[in-house]
Amino acid sequence: MNKVMSNKWFIALYILPALLLIAVLIYIPLVLTGYYGLMDWDGIGAMKFIGLENYINALQDEKFWVSAKNSFLLAFYSTLSLAIYLAISLILASKIKGADLLRKIYLIPMLLSSVAIAQLWIKVYNPANGILNSLLRGIGVENPPVWLGDTNIVLYAIFIPILWQYAGFYILIYYAALKNIPDSLIEAAKIDGASALQIAYKIKLPLIIGVVKVTIVLAIVGSLKYFDLIYVMTGGGPSGASEVMASYMYKKAFTSYDFGYGSAIGFLLLIITLIVTVFIRKLTATDDEVQY
Amino acid sequence: MNRIGYVILYVCLSLVAVFQIFPLVWLVIFSLKGSREIFASPPLSLPEELKWENYVKVWEGDIGVYFLNSVWYTLAAIIITVLLASMATFAITRMRWKLSSLVLGLFMVGLMIPIHSALIPLFKMYLSVNLIDNPLSIIITYTAYNLPITMMILLGFYYTLPREVEEAAIIDGCSINRLFFGIIMPMTIPVMSTTVIINMIYNWNEFVFVNTFISSNEYKTLTVGIQNFIGQYMTDWGAIGATLVISILPILIAFFFFSNKIVEGISASAVKG
Repeated sequence: MNKVMSNKWFIALYILPALLLIAVLIYIPLVLTGYYGLMDWDGIGAMKFIGLENYINALQDEKFWVSAKNSFLLAFYSTLSLAIYLAISLILASKIKGADLLRKIYLIPMLLSSVAIAQLWIKVYNPANGILNSLLRGIGVENPPVWLGDTNIVLYAIFIPILWQYAGFYILIYYAALKNIPDSLIEAAKIDGASALQIAYKIKLPLIIGVVKVTIVLAIVGSLKYFDLIYVMTGGGPSGASEVMASYMYKKAFTSYDFGYGSAIGFLLLIITLIVTVFIRKLTATDDEVQY
Repeated sequence: MNRIGYVILYVCLSLVAVFQIFPLVWLVIFSLKGSREIFASPPLSLPEELKWENYVKVWEGDIGVYFLNSVWYTLAAIIITVLLASMATFAITRMRWKLSSLVLGLFMVGLMIPIHSALIPLFKMYLSVNLIDNPLSIIITYTAYNLPITMMILLGFYYTLPREVEEAAIIDGCSINRLFFGIIMPMTIPVMSTTVIINMIYNWNEFVFVNTFISSNEYKTLTVGIQNFIGQYMTDWGAIGATLVISILPILIAFFFFSNKIVEGISASAVKG
């Protein structure tokens, strides 16, 4: 038995196809990104080694910092929105009839492509015929905003479809965690005279805090990677007001043909993502995880 | 809790539900309107007559081609991904070797990688082996990037398979290949179907790889195709709406039939973070 199951040839046969694919298509490119960042390169011609110039330029590039700031703002709003999702989940999990159907309805936007979502919301925000401004005019707002054309509000306008897209995902996770709490605990608290709010705050929340921490990591790291929706809705505009790190990298490489500089930004994006991931995990790690 | 409290809670939950599906309902409404009507009548009015022509018109344009491309890239990548992920998960969870947990770690770290950080080298790699503007580049990229999530969903199930199954098979003189393809894989059909549907959603909706690696119209998928298409139809909202509905319909149909599998897959893919 042990001999058969530790046969090296078979292990190689089963693991290598998958391992080679992720090595060649994920890990080697990640290393190469850092290397190409050291080059002056237009994507087609020869590469010229220029040392750390691209990285130094990127760190002094105001547009890069604006894109990084926007990425972190989206991460911040996404984290705040978890509180709304958690509140909805608490209601949903409190013996509501039809909860199962409702959470499935909430999930629908999550299944659609970001491109379709972006195109749909471009229409929602359309200044002349969009549903949003039509409704606003209907209730008497005379000059509703040009949502995607205003540098002051474009980032918020982009955040609404993100909120819409991911609501069902986080509600699903919280709902599942809340449903795992044994009824007996809640009943005991009720007998002791705890109010619904006290039960939510003092019993349910501490019991699912591990899941909440995971969703914080997901929300922040996910936000740092946003691309599709923003690329389609605004292309980072107007005048860079909705640019994020991934869209700035894409623009530099595939629109301006500055592949060396694009690679440097791509590598910085990787480093920032890894540092933030480790940092958030450290920050949210506790050794007194609640057991039940 | 009293009745008024319940009514308020239901109203809150229903408002969220309306917010979640309202934009989609509006999309279906304007996809069935003529251009004149869209600009002349209030946005929420129902179409005077249902303009199914919008759908016929866009399907006969390039949308039909994009749709078929999306179907076959999605299917091909699903088959390869689920097969390779199952084999790798089997080797990691059931076979005995020193580096197995390290290799598992490599796959799991793949879950966190921002794909944009790998995009430029991938582009150069495909360029140098003539795979730019070739569907093969899309299918192998989808496979590689979906392996980690697929394996993560499979892992739990593989860990719980009883050892006795393997022991009995091997004592009977079964080879590893027969054990895996004949006994283990059929046992994992429930969890495999979850991974199939999660892969379907990911591949169907993928945008940046096709946008970067494919330039010919004949190879584009729906997500990228509708971008160009919508460019041409700037003001024809009916056509744009019809295009979007066609692009999301397969996923909605899958959701209607397999919502429990989808819920299960999405939960499983999030647990570890």
